[in-house]
Amino acid sequence: MEAIVLKEKQEDVDVPRRIGVYVCHCGLNIAKTVDCPKVAETAAGLDDVVVSKDIGYACSEPGQQQIKDDILEHGLDRVVVASCSPRLHEPTFRQMIQSAGLNPYLFEMANLREQCSWVHMDTPDAATSKAIDLVKMAVSRVRLLQPLKEEILPLTKRTLVIGGGVAGIQTALDLADNGYDVVLVEKRPSVGGTMAQLDKTFPTMDCSI
Amino acid sequence: MTDVGRHPRIKLHTLSEVVDVKGYVGNFDVRILKKARYVDEKECTACGDCAEVCPVVRPDEFNLGLSSRKAIFSPFPQAVPSAYVVNINECLGHNPSVCAKCIDACDKGCINFHMSDQEIVESVGSIVVATGLEPYDPKELDEYGYTRFENVLTSLEFERLINAGGPTKGEVLRPTDRKRPRSIGFIQCVGSRSAKKGGNYCSNVCCMNTVKGTLMLKEHYPDIDIKVFYIDIRAFGKGFEELYTRSRRLGVHYLRGLPGTVEEDPDRSLRVAVENTATGKLEIHHLDMLVLALGIKPASSTQKLQEMLGLQLTPDGFFLEAHPKLQPVDAATRGVFYAGCAEGPKDIKESVTQASAAAARAIRLMHKGEITSEPITSQVITEHCKSCGKCAEVCPYNAITVDVKKKIPAEVNAAACAGCGTCAAECPFGAIIMNHFTDPQILNQVEALLEEEPKEKILAFACNWCSYAGADFAGVSRLQYPPNVRLIRTMCSGRVDEKFIWEGFEKGAPVILVSGCHIGDCHYIDANHWTEKRIKKIHKKMEKSGIRPERLQLEWISAAEGIRFARVMERMEALRQSVTEEEIAETIEILKNRKK
Ligand SMILES: Cc1cc2nc3c(=O)[nH]c(=O)nc-3n(C[C@H](O)[C@H](O)[C@H](O)COP(=O)(O)OP(=O)(O)OC[C@H]3O[C@@H](n4cnc5c(N)ncnc54)[C@H](O)[C@@H]3O)c2cc1C
Ligand code: SF4
Ligand code: SF4
Ligand code: SF4
Repeated sequence: MEAIVLKEKQEDVDVPRRIGVYVCHCGLNIAKTVDCPKVAETAAGLDDVVVSKDIGYACSEPGQQQIKDDILEHGLDRVVVASCSPRLHEPTFRQMIQSAGLNPYLFEMANLREQCSWVHMDTPDAATSKAIDLVKMAVSRVRLLQPLKEEILPLTKRTLVIGGGVAGIQTALDLADNGYDVVLVEKRPSVGGTMAQLDKTFPTMDCSI
Repeated sequence: MTDVGRHPRIKLHTLSEVVDVKGYVGNFDVRILKKARYVDEKECTACGDCAEVCPVVRPDEFNLGLSSRKAIFSPFPQAVPSAYVVNINECLGHNPSVCAKCIDACDKGCINFHMSDQEIVESVGSIVVATGLEPYDPKELDEYGYTRFENVLTSLEFERLINAGGPTKGEVLRPTDRKRPRSIGFIQCVGSRSAKKGGNYCSNVCCMNTVKGTLMLKEHYPDIDIKVFYIDIRAFGKGFEELYTRSRRLGVHYLRGLPGTVEEDPDRSLRVAVENTATGKLEIHHLDMLVLALGIKPASSTQKLQEMLGLQLTPDGFFLEAHPKLQPVDAATRGVFYAGCAEGPKDIKESVTQASAAAARAIRLMHKGEITSEPITSQVITEHCKSCGKCAEVCPYNAITVDVKKKIPAEVNAAACAGCGTCAAECPFGAIIMNHFTDPQILNQVEALLEEEPKEKILAFACNWCSYAGADFAGVSRLQYPPNVRLIRTMCSGRVDEKFIWEGFEKGAPVILVSGCHIGDCHYIDANHWTEKRIKKIHKKMEKSGIRPERLQLEWISAAEGIRFARVMERMEALRQSVTEEEIAETIEILKNRKK
């Protein structure tokens, strides 16, 4: 519990951001339980939030277009979408902001569907407060996100196959016949493995080698 | 088989073993130790003149000692490469004056005693592990009198006997009198399905191997009496039931029950006592010969390779796949794949299927000629690193190099890093940044969550692959649970740093949950072991400083456990209600004082 000083570079934490927040209704999936306009309104009051809207279907073509237009029009540099699980649509939205010229990693989701509307159906007020919290958390996180870049690394088009039984032989031949070089390593003096020792094999009852 | 020896794209190293692997997906450097063959592989025509003159006679391993060979020999007639090989430990003649008869016998001059072991270095982009199986060894427990009674054979020995190319030219003969047995018994599950003997698991092939054996026997000797002692016959594959039915129709007796004892009669036949579990009666059977249906064990080199490549094993000792349903031939280590019995007991057809799958997966990885690395990786701030080595110790992917002795700071190999964040959580000096899940990013979430009415809230960390997915599943299933919980997603529970917990409590959290994949299911090999250790450590510290350790909970919740997720949340809520305002205030006080 000793005080661990945060030695991480705080980067440009204090630089003001231009964040857009989009609270998705997901038809009625979210809006039936969560008060989406209220969530958007509350988010509008958060630091660095430049645009905050509720929106019918964020993932739909028009929904995505609206966010893209806002990015360009308001010069947004980070986006929060409060909708469904990031395990579902994070790639969709990352691509979307990338096509609007932002680094895809400057994006965060708040999961209002799987974590609020669908699981707190009987307590809409509590679901709405939770939604507000989740959006606040997402905004606080997105402020600090940094652009990331995938690295392209060279690769050797060659495969090591360890073991020259029927499995190793088949792998080596499939690779080689597809034009890939193979290094096949067998510890015994011959390939063949266990199968070489078998007589006829089931189910065909023919010879093994 | 011969295609492998001829294919222009396949470089075959026999008598060779991999001794070291360095690097990572796309670029592995492999060191191979190639033992000397003492015969020129390319020149040898396998005429056998050398073996004829060799004076050393030894049991032939290929025929499991049922025949003999010389010190210079061909492994078996169809061997690839077809060259002879010298077993140098048996050979008399490193010193030409002693023997060296073979050297004179070989017209082509292929034999060379000056050959030495070679070390070969190869670079590859992907690796397929196809190390296969080891048959169960019934000697260790003297199963069914195998070491005492000569007429008890293993299924593999039986394979050699009934093989037309085998030591008896396909005649099945009793080892003691070299007469044809009138009756044969097969005992199933030898070394399988028993925790005490061999493995717990079913070896998959031995039932059908026995069925096959009975059919071959009936074909050769229609009047032979055959009895099969079994627990249950597993004829699950395509066409298998048909073979089993045919065997029964030919009069093979299938008897449910494994023998209790096997004794030898004076005529060297075997007396088998068995409780027939179908009738509940104790029966005695007299049989001329017994065959033990051997189970399949992992290859002996499994553990060595596991360590070398950073792979995982199942409790049975076979290699563990990245996902049992969706990635059945991938290892968790990127760029490594499995084929055949290395991954688990299976028959030839399945081994071949898996082999083609492994080839396809390797091609999928390699075809572009380059790989893109995930940018969610960790990074060392060199100035802060004290070269303690902790990060390298915890990284499940061996992605970090650090020289503790020479004090060379840690460095992360971005291509090998899978992004679990365990190193960042474990570094005692805060010298590691986990990109996209940095300390400030996560602490900001904690702070935002606890900004208002912290007492009402449950702070919960959930790993992306299991627990967060479990929460999603609870949602999809519309399971209702208390609305106080707020999840913070990390890729792995291993990322949850001790300081996140203290920060949470200091900001007034009544309770905190850390959740991840079950032990053994971690998406980052075994990173969650470190989570477990860390939580234990924090619990101890809490206890010592007078904070109720129950307020920090650790739960394993899988992606399929929506119900469990909801239950855990209910439990957390009950726990939260047990925490009083005074208790929270006291904790805050304790933590503030500690810092000073
Ligand atoms: C008694 C018995 C009867 C069977 N009968 C049948 C049957 O009738 N029909 C059927 O379909 N299946 C049968 N099987 C199963 C069949 O043998 C296997 O499915 C098949 O052999 C698996 O092939 P593999 O390539 O995975 O392994 P293996 O055949 O075991 O080959 C592995 C190879 O890897 C090599 N090796 C191991 N470790 C290393 C290392 N570290 N470095 C380099 N090389 C290494 C070994 O020397 C070996 O050549 C039987 C098995 C047994 C034991
Ligand atoms: S395949 Fe048959 S003999 Fe082999 S372990 Fe399974 S049940 Fe036993
Ligand atoms: S744990 Fe931290 S200090 Fe220790 S070697 Fe790794 S980066 Fe350096
Ligand atoms: S993030 Fe995980 S995989 Fe990457 S270097 Fe750290 S411990 Fe290893």
